[in-house]
Amino acid sequence: MKGALELLQRVSAHPDARCWCVAWSPSGTLLASCGGDCAIKIWGKEGDSWECKCVMADGHQRTVRTVAWSPCGKYLASASFDATTCIWKKTNDDFESLTVLEGHENEVKCVTWAPSGNLLATCSRDKSVWIWEVDEEDEYECVSVVNSHTQDVKHVVWHPTQELLASAGYDNKVCIYKEVDDDWECRATLEGHESTVWSLAFDPEGQRLASCSDDRTVKIWKKSTLGDGESDSSDESWKCVCTLSGFHGRTIYDVAWCRLTGALATACGDDGVRVFKEEDPTVDPEQPVFFMSAHLPKAHGQDVNCVSWNPKEAGLLATCSDNGEFAIWKYNSDS
Amino acid sequence: MELVSGLLSGVWLLAGLSDATEDKRSKKMEEKALEVYDVIRTIRDPEKPNTLEELDVVTEKCVEVQELGDDEYLIIIKFSPTVPHCSLATLIGLCLQVKLQRCLPFKHKLEIYITEGTHSTEEDINKQINDKERVAAAMENPSLREIVEQCVTEPDD
Repeated sequence: MKGALELLQRVSAHPDARCWCVAWSPSGTLLASCGGDCAIKIWGKEGDSWECKCVMADGHQRTVRTVAWSPCGKYLASASFDATTCIWKKTNDDFESLTVLEGHENEVKCVTWAPSGNLLATCSRDKSVWIWEVDEEDEYECVSVVNSHTQDVKHVVWHPTQELLASAGYDNKVCIYKEVDDDWECRATLEGHESTVWSLAFDPEGQRLASCSDDRTVKIWKKSTLGDGESDSSDESWKCVCTLSGFHGRTIYDVAWCRLTGALATACGDDGVRVFKEEDPTVDPEQPVFFMSAHLPKAHGQDVNCVSWNPKEAGLLATCSDNGEFAIWKYNSDS
Repeated sequence: MELVSGLLSGVWLLAGLSDATEDKRSKKMEEKALEVYDVIRTIRDPEKPNTLEELDVVTEKCVEVQELGDDEYLIIIKFSPTVPHCSLATLIGLCLQVKLQRCLPFKHKLEIYITEGTHSTEEDINKQINDKERVAAAMENPSLREIVEQCVTEPDD
């Protein structure tokens, strides 16, 4: 079953700078982008083309590395190399800076909202992961600082249904965190990658985790079910059930797992975008097999930094690159 | 692409022309390597009033170019820092990254390493130099940026 990626539109979003991240709003109608020009831009569709609706240029003094929408779609968080995380509130077509979260000692690499909307996580080159709680009055409070990584932490992502957090780092490891007695702790460390782990994505059910690395592989990790029924509920045990190697020519910067179709997309430093699909999942769940369904070798003129599936429209994919562009694609699994 | 060129060189081998294409390709790589070397040899050492070429930190031989296809090249540079000081080696690596990013006219991917055996923490340094996010963040640090600019700016820029 061979698939294909069709280009819908290419946009020069952050001229003369890298575009580091693109993120779809929960409604799927808006796309946020951010980059090396220290700006955040919000894009919406007008007719057939994506137009810029809003520019937030004064929120950060340095590169904006990641943008993330709250589950309700009313807030946007931005993580910056200026060591802060800004929370923006959407009112009509405008975004206003609500608050600035400080505390990290240096560059904040990533920010992510929990599905409940009450928790936020950030990570930094200062090796720590911070967990923040939001209350009804839009007040943010740091509730935990966890230092499990020995180096720069590149990415954090929440589990789709449970209050579980995963982080990926320059130390080649993936950490899994849970709240135990009101404090967040690392409950599992996933080792196997041979270089920096750049990004993570849970599958739609939250049974598996995909990680991508500078070692040019994607690994799929599955939570182990302890058969004796006496497992301590705090224990987390994940093992690597699949490694996708030989497909990517250079560092893989991002991986995204589509909630609607289960397709896995990757963003690579060889300028390419790839989509992987799972072969019949019922054969052996402990040894899943993935095949490359689509490969676009020159998706962008430079490194692809981010890939994001639209949450409402199946097959709609956004990617962005070092040349400041983002692109919207339509993925068809049968072509 | 490679399958076709493999078949072609098979055909040309019969015609006695295969060596010529191999020579042509390696000559092209040599030319590209010299283009790269021309950009890096004038970078100034962060501490001494000399260029990297004068201090033998980089030499013509230290640049390797491979064809990635479609007018794109993989450049591999192995430099030898003069002193085993960790931050200085990383700084030189940073200067190489920045100058090449700015000055190379052709499409390329870049890998920069310390020559094996010249440093005790070379794996650590190599990892940092080749992490583009770390390089980008370093260049947003004003004092670090200042030092790099002084090393990479040509006198007549």
